[in-house]
Amino acid sequence: MDISCNYSPKLYSHPNFVKLMIEVKNIEKRFGDQKVLKGISTTFEAGKTSLVIGQSGSGKTVFIKSLLGIHEIDKGTIAFNDRIYGKMNKDEKRELRSEIGMVFQGSALFDSLTVEENIGFPLKMFTNKTPKEIKERVDFVIERVNLVEAHHKKPSEISGGMQKRVAIARAIVNNPKYLFCDEPNSGLDPKTATVIDNLIQEITREYNITTVINTHDMNSVMEIGEKIVFLKKGLIAWEGTKEEIFRTDNKAVVDFVYSSNLFKKVREAVLNGH
Amino acid sequence: MLKDMFNRPVKWSVMKQLILKEIDDLIIDSLGIVCFISFFVGGVVAIQTALNLTNPLIPRYLIGFATRQSVILEFAPTFISIIMAGKMGSFITSSIGTMRVTEQIDALEVMGVNSLNYLVFPKIVALFLYPFIIGIAMFLGIFGGYLAAVYGGFASQAEFIDGIQINFIPFHITYAFIKTLSFAFILATIPSFHGYYMKGGALEVGKASTVSFVWTSVVIILLNYILTQILLS
Repeated sequence: MDISCNYSPKLYSHPNFVKLMIEVKNIEKRFGDQKVLKGISTTFEAGKTSLVIGQSGSGKTVFIKSLLGIHEIDKGTIAFNDRIYGKMNKDEKRELRSEIGMVFQGSALFDSLTVEENIGFPLKMFTNKTPKEIKERVDFVIERVNLVEAHHKKPSEISGGMQKRVAIARAIVNNPKYLFCDEPNSGLDPKTATVIDNLIQEITREYNITTVINTHDMNSVMEIGEKIVFLKKGLIAWEGTKEEIFRTDNKAVVDFVYSSNLFKKVREAVLNGH
Repeated sequence: MLKDMFNRPVKWSVMKQLILKEIDDLIIDSLGIVCFISFFVGGVVAIQTALNLTNPLIPRYLIGFATRQSVILEFAPTFISIIMAGKMGSFITSSIGTMRVTEQIDALEVMGVNSLNYLVFPKIVALFLYPFIIGIAMFLGIFGGYLAAVYGGFASQAEFIDGIQINFIPFHITYAFIKTLSFAFILATIPSFHGYYMKGGALEVGKASTVSFVWTSVVIILLNYILTQILLS
């Protein structure tokens, strides 16, 4: 029951020995007259949880949807390992999509299906597994995300936190190499949000997935931000780790991240060495 | 939309289940309301005809004749389709629209599923059974007319049955079912279009359902006119 990913030798032949998984180069996206992404370049590595943060309207969702191919970019390139998305044919794009798991802001579970059917959906659609094999795999993933009690329930019959866990289970059931999460904590209480954050980080490390999370939850930033990309007005204003974000003097980041008194005090304590 | 629907088709084993589910949702679930309306409207057509036959020289079998003609030519195929534009159409628009609003369609696309094929194609296939509903509506409409006419004392059983047999043109049935199949296609596609391409939130889902009902009805009425002109004139 292995859900780990096999990486190509090319991955390890990167000059800096970085396990480079997604490379974004100078991407731009415009809606009518409004330029939402104004030339973003960054990389997201395997086995790390990368967070994209920024104010509402900064272009976070458009950025993540561009990575997913939901929005077609106007300029620049997005490469998944050595595969450039814009140069892929339909079959290659389809193959790539089968390597991607996505957790949507509202979970996006299929209302008419049970928890078990929702999780098994990608397997049923894209693999030739028998119903027995699908059931075994679904049971394994359900256990992994601690959802055993919700097997036969419909999404409307479970809590928001459980729905998020179902969405995560559905996203990882088909051994994804890339996991995208759009505001996975929105609408959740702080304790459940932490459980979801930790679950995503554990899965990312355990199965060496390249995870990109779109969030404006500062608890997530402090908890799991192994790489943080701060977007402002369609541009990357700052990049770093959760340790570096405490020490940065970038005004835009400080204004955004430390806008609450609690985080201001946390930062002061860290800077004072407490 | 129709062209994109046939790209990257969903696996047959999955599609089969989707079609059966749509048959249940769209066809089987509509039977109750169709039977109820057909039966009583057939009865009303018979009573209205009878009440307007004030001249004693006009034969009473015309009640059966008028009921048959009204039900087969217009009531069952067109009137029921307008009602179905409200029932099935708003169900289709709101269910697909809700999937759009709650990002379920995005989820399908991200997984690599052709959402148009997954959501719309089974509905079109399921609605090939729509003539079955209209056949039942025709039967129950005439049966309702028969009961209203005979047990209401407007005509004898023999007169009514004579009426429904007199001057029967089999092509009228063909005409009715050609219209029915055309309307079935309209009933599946226009509401799906309005649901699939809607933008906004829950309020817009309601608006899209209303707009879809209006457009489906308008297209059905216009198509009814065109097909009648082509097939009967």
